Amino acid sequence: MNDKLKGQPFYIWIPLGIIDLLWSIVKSLYEFVVSLFLSLAQFFVSIFKVIYGLSVGLYQGVVTYSTIFRKGDYKTRLSFLIMGSGAFLNKQLAKGILYAAFQLIFILLMVLFFGPYLAKFNTLGDTLGTPVRFDPTSPLADVFGYVPAQEADNSMIILLLSVAGIILSIIFVYFYFQNLRLAYENQLTITAGKQVPTFKQETNRLMNDKFHITVLSWPIFFAFIFTVLPLVFMILIAFTEFDRFHQPPGSLFTWVGFDNFVNMFSGENAFYSRLPGTLWAILEWSFIWAIFATFLNYFFGMILALMINKKGIRLKVVWRTVFVLTIAVPQFISLLIIRNFFNDQGPFVKFLFDLGLVGPGYSPFAQVDSARFWVIIVNLWVGVPYSMLITSGILMNIPQDLYESATIDGAGTIAKFFKITLPYMLFVTGPYLLTAFIGNINNFNIIYFLTGGGPSSQTMFQAGQTDLLVTWLFKLTLFDSDYKMASTLGILIFMISSFLSLIIFAKTGGVKNEDTFQ
Amino acid sequence: MKFNMFKSKRAQEFISNTLIHLFLFFLSIIWLIPIVWLILQSFRLEIGSVSTRFFPIGYTLSNYTRLFEYDVILQGKFPVWFMNTLVVALVTMVISTILVLLTSYAFSRLRFPARMPLMKLILVLGLFPGFMAMIAVYNILRLMGLTGSIIGLMFVYSGGAGFGYYISKGYFDTISKSIDEAAMIDGASRAQIFWQIILPLSKPIVIFTAITSFIGPWGDFIFARLVLGENIDQYTVATGLVWILDRANINEYFTRFAAGSVLVATPITILFMFLQRYYVSGVTGGSVKG
Repeated sequence: MNDKLKGQPFYIWIPLGIIDLLWSIVKSLYEFVVSLFLSLAQFFVSIFKVIYGLSVGLYQGVVTYSTIFRKGDYKTRLSFLIMGSGAFLNKQLAKGILYAAFQLIFILLMVLFFGPYLAKFNTLGDTLGTPVRFDPTSPLADVFGYVPAQEADNSMIILLLSVAGIILSIIFVYFYFQNLRLAYENQLTITAGKQVPTFKQETNRLMNDKFHITVLSWPIFFAFIFTVLPLVFMILIAFTEFDRFHQPPGSLFTWVGFDNFVNMFSGENAFYSRLPGTLWAILEWSFIWAIFATFLNYFFGMILALMINKKGIRLKVVWRTVFVLTIAVPQFISLLIIRNFFNDQGPFVKFLFDLGLVGPGYSPFAQVDSARFWVIIVNLWVGVPYSMLITSGILMNIPQDLYESATIDGAGTIAKFFKITLPYMLFVTGPYLLTAFIGNINNFNIIYFLTGGGPSSQTMFQAGQTDLLVTWLFKLTLFDSDYKMASTLGILIFMISSFLSLIIFAKTGGVKNEDTFQ
Repeated sequence: MKFNMFKSKRAQEFISNTLIHLFLFFLSIIWLIPIVWLILQSFRLEIGSVSTRFFPIGYTLSNYTRLFEYDVILQGKFPVWFMNTLVVALVTMVISTILVLLTSYAFSRLRFPARMPLMKLILVLGLFPGFMAMIAVYNILRLMGLTGSIIGLMFVYSGGAGFGYYISKGYFDTISKSIDEAAMIDGASRAQIFWQIILPLSKPIVIFTAITSFIGPWGDFIFARLVLGENIDQYTVATGLVWILDRANINEYFTRFAAGSVLVATPITILFMFLQRYYVSGVTGGSVKG
């Protein structure tokens, strides 16, 4: 509490205290805006840095590898053609064979498997296929005059396997240059009169200073197939016309440039005229939802933690267990049960009716405002135990002398909460709050299982009035098969999330006042 | 004067503690209501969907026994679903835990040129909504011939696991580097340090990673439904239970859904309660690191 307020009657200190609070809110808003601009500036600087770094790298690469070619002996130069020659001819047999085998497999894969798909990458396929037909005049006809059946193109598989082929080629290029450097290194080692490392020594290094390669290769291999490849594929889908009218097999799709983004914002396309309105409505509700879901959960979780951890409170384990119990129950069960509990024929509505709070025929999820209110409330049920767990650990770390000196200064429990606990907690868990905010924008389960996005709306495109961006994306994908719009939306969600993450970095990256609470 | 103040302060303390106890009791009731209601419904005798009564009129065990009997909709599949989920969860747990620990160990304790670029790349990829890649993952599995089977599901659950390394990296970061250095001087290799020194020291985070990846498959409905499609032989409990509830005959199956839910939630909850300590240290650690 402020010094000048101490000992004043309540009609003085309450208004002054409120002004104090408002002022601190304005101050933190100001800091927020400033950090926002700073992070944006940082973002553009880093884009510039990346471009600059890439061009420098390219230039250096050209210089390095042309030097290797000019100064290389025949073994090194042969490595430009056959990978691993520099190793094989310098007594590193196993390594040389591995490199050459990799090159052979790569070429075979490219020619026999990925090649036909990559060849059609620019159009994503052009034929729906033809059955066997009799046409002796055709140049393709066999001796009996039959033209063999032509297989239909599948745009989706062409795109998917082309992306896989391109990723594989990038990996190949990396190893190709690796092979050149290795050959030159060997040449230098031998001219210096030293021994090249044996295969055994190299494998030993994989357990030591190159342990990161051993350790990371499997996680990265799996993640490439199940995360990176699908993501790249879906990002590219946003630039095609892939939807239920262009769905292989039976139909082809091709590139359309930025049309989907234009449709998302302009509404000029008759079919998508409701799209921009839907986007803004859902965006607005997603943010309202995320703000409530994040801050209410955090605030109540913290208060709950304070109460449970307070000195003199008995049965701490029991209280804690009750709340943790709700985390342990799988969400689809607890949420489906709550949905039925909230059913207009269910006990909860009956209870509200008996209390006289609602009229007959009330249904919690039937009206927009009521549905939104109740999803936020149910989210408290789901989320408060989490934030209770997270905050209680940190609350115990607050230096006790802060409270002791505040007590000596005559601060009450409430004053201590707003002047010590809350600022400390916000300082320590700031990054977590923003991450939780992004998580809530993408919070799928609550909306999907409780309301399914409803109540439905005539003015919205494939969405209901409690749909979040991510549940809308889900509906576009699964119910409407509008993959192109779902991907476009996914890219928009990515842009929003990365914008918010930039703020986290601005806040945590240059932690200037790190010792505020030390 | 002084004595009085002390006394009034104690009285105040007593009142506030009593109020807090009452309030906590009240909150506990609210938090337990859905769970208690679920258990009551699973023993409910009267058939039909939801009723306005909180406590059923009669109680029975038949909702549980009928889960294991043959009928047109269930086809006696509940035990199969349970086993499927158990298998998926165990395999996912093993693979995910290994991938997560390897990745976080590399990013936390090893230094190599690709470290920062890789971490940044993973961070950026993580900002795309997970559902976006859903259709592509489905098609990749289809090309591999793994749709409609729990093997495909295992790939989906554990494939990208390495990217969720943040929490365990945060834990590894707290283990002193001097331990590694001392072991290196004694001639231990990096691999030996990882297996024989760091892992035993990281029991809490290993257990945390294992629990979270074991529990995941029990609760996931979306990806499971997408990958398994209509192949109910391969369903997990989540897909199966949502499936019987989503049918037009919710009237007949609501109580059995409740019974099935209790059967699924009980082992998970017990496991969770036993390992609560590790879970708590995991989530708190992760949140402070940001």
